[in-house]
Amino acid sequence: MQIARVIGTVVSTIKNKTLEGRKFLIVQTLDADLNARGKPMVALDAVGAGEGELVFWCRGKEASFPFKRDETPTDCTIIGIIDSDAHVFQK
Amino acid sequence: MIIARILGTVVSTQKDERLQGKKLLIVKPINLDGSDQSGYVVAVDTVGAGFHEKVIIVGGSSARMAEGNKDCPVDSAIIGVIDTIDFT
Repeated sequence: MQIARVIGTVVSTIKNKTLEGRKFLIVQTLDADLNARGKPMVALDAVGAGEGELVFWCRGKEASFPFKRDETPTDCTIIGIIDSDAHVFQK
Repeated sequence: MIIARILGTVVSTQKDERLQGKKLLIVKPINLDGSDQSGYVVAVDTVGAGFHEKVIIVGGSSARMAEGNKDCPVDSAIIGVIDTIDFT
């Protein structure tokens, strides 16, 4: 799982039937100091996140588990919203 | 998932029987501003996408979960045609 910032949205009308009603967001992955790292990705939203929010996302096959029992083709899903930037701690 | 642009097609007659009837497209990953990234991917089309369209690509074992790809030997699938991208 990685921390990321939601930086945008993707609108798609024609999509796989299993994705109907789902929301695509663009996320920029961050390092532990909340600086951008790597390229932005498209993520499926499982928690109702919005633009500008700090979230964490899950990769791989496990990314489809929040939508069980549906089989959802996603390899990047937002699975949590972090309360605020000040709620990321490290010693 | 990544954003990509459709570059071309791949035609294959001799293939795994579970790929029969599936359309294989060559897609090029792109940045949010539309500029190309390096490399390419051969992806199975599940939505009926066409040339030059921007699409969403799902990779890995999740690609098999798309409708029509169940139990298929596939690790990259086109799962949506992009209307608009909005980012800050």
